[in-house]
Amino acid sequence: MPVEPPIATPTSLADAYAVLAGSTADDPITPIAGGTDVMVRITGEIGAPPARMVDLSRLDALRGITVDGGAVILGARTTYTEIRRSDACREHLPALVAAAATIGAAQIQNRGTLGGNIANASPAGDTLPVLLVLDAEVIVGGARGERSIPVADFWVAYRRTALAPDELILRIRIPVAGGREARFRKIGTRRAQAISKVVLALAWREGPGAATAGPARAWTDVRLALGSVADRPIRARATEAVLEGVAPTPATANAAAEALAAEIHPIDDVRSTADYRRAVAARALHRMIRDAAGW
Amino acid sequence: MTSDPAGRPEPDSAVTWRFSVNGDPVEVAAPGMRRLLDVLREELALTGTKEGCGEGECGACTVLVDGVPVDSCLVPVCQVEGARIATVEGLAEPSPEGLVLDQLQQAFLEAGGAQCGICTPGMLMAARAYLDDGGTADEDAIREAIAGNLCRCTGYTKIVDAIAIAAGGRR
Ligand SMILES: Cc1cc2nc3c(=O)[nH]c(=O)nc-3n(C[C@H](O)[C@H](O)[C@H](O)COP(=O)(O)OP(=O)(O)OC[C@H]3O[C@@H](n4cnc5c(N)ncnc54)[C@H](O)[C@@H]3O)c2cc1C
Repeated sequence: MPVEPPIATPTSLADAYAVLAGSTADDPITPIAGGTDVMVRITGEIGAPPARMVDLSRLDALRGITVDGGAVILGARTTYTEIRRSDACREHLPALVAAAATIGAAQIQNRGTLGGNIANASPAGDTLPVLLVLDAEVIVGGARGERSIPVADFWVAYRRTALAPDELILRIRIPVAGGREARFRKIGTRRAQAISKVVLALAWREGPGAATAGPARAWTDVRLALGSVADRPIRARATEAVLEGVAPTPATANAAAEALAAEIHPIDDVRSTADYRRAVAARALHRMIRDAAGW
Repeated sequence: MTSDPAGRPEPDSAVTWRFSVNGDPVEVAAPGMRRLLDVLREELALTGTKEGCGEGECGACTVLVDGVPVDSCLVPVCQVEGARIATVEGLAEPSPEGLVLDQLQQAFLEAGGAQCGICTPGMLMAARAYLDDGGTADEDAIREAIAGNLCRCTGYTKIVDAIAIAAGGRR
């Protein structure tokens, strides 16, 4: 039988903060949202199970998707099913919807949450590259108040986050930038229920150019992020520089693919090899640029 | 829950949880982190729900919580307080002549959608949710709906056929 750690079930954020006031780095109180990561840990088969827990399922403050002040704001408890069904997400965040659709299968999408994916900090978390390229901010809170952390600063080391032991993720703010395009691609063993071998997201804006048709418009504000190629989700800044300010031509795509293969340093592990990951990341980026440019 | 003087959750302690299973109200005294799967099988003696992998990969333990399919091995009982749970035991309808299989179960029999049977309760519940949500006989949509349910016997073809039959489309 799995272990059954004691759990508090607060019904308000204030009560949750009061419980978490006792949570320290040495003796943490582990939150549970959808449970799709943490319930696997209580089997004790992947490291020590949590000693004490706090349930977030009664905290309505962590729910809901709203559009406000030029941003989409998603409560930390927003599930993948909710993301897939949300009109606001479909209109403004199609790359996040695409990522949500690849996570686990129906049972996981019905329970797993965006906040859980972020807090779990797996290098293979599939929404994390999307959040990186969309310049998302994570709003966290605790008894000492709220603060906003840019996602680029959130994953500080292997499976380590900027969250203090007594803080919760409350919501995720994703600016809705006019004219921004974003794409998502995941490579796994099968279409459902697969942990990524490589996952990548790309965002850009089309620069001002002649209103003429054709693929000649330059890209600006290019962002490229990857998962499963480092100890945490990363931006590929050298490759971004290759793409920045130039048109997405075949020559650009070749140069970007080459730059990416040189920039990342994946490892061999149970799911894939370093060589495969490097090659497939470069090809997937090349394909993404080609599809976007339409050549 | 109880807590120590610092307000931290402390071991003990069965709490009483109230929810419904297949329409009947139930009360269960159990630690909040007990898996819904164990509550169903051990406390409530509803052994139709199977444990396969115990980590959400295989879907054998799929039940519906408020109409939505979930892996009951990944749901702690404290999170179903007040919820409606549906398990495979609730599919067949009582009648004067005894239980009558629901249309989906009937279709599994007809198409040969069950072999060893371990995946069947979870398959049925995932498929039931798909049909209740307006799912059609479209093969791709059916395959996506059961992508979280592994079967090591059938090769899936007959399961997909059965769900398509229940959706009103003969293949
Ligand atoms: C079969 C299976 C398939 C999966 N497939 C994928 C996949 O394809 N891609 C993918 O990325 N992931 C996948 N996962 C992992 C998991 O579903 C996701 O990471 C999910 O987003 C976790 O969310 P949750 O709410 O279930 O997290 P939980 O398990 O509840 O929590 C995860 C961690 O985050 C912490 N936490 C949760 N919410 C908060 C909060 N608001 N504030 C602070 N800390 C918090 C918890 O303490 C815990 O450490 C899969 C898991 C399973 C079991």
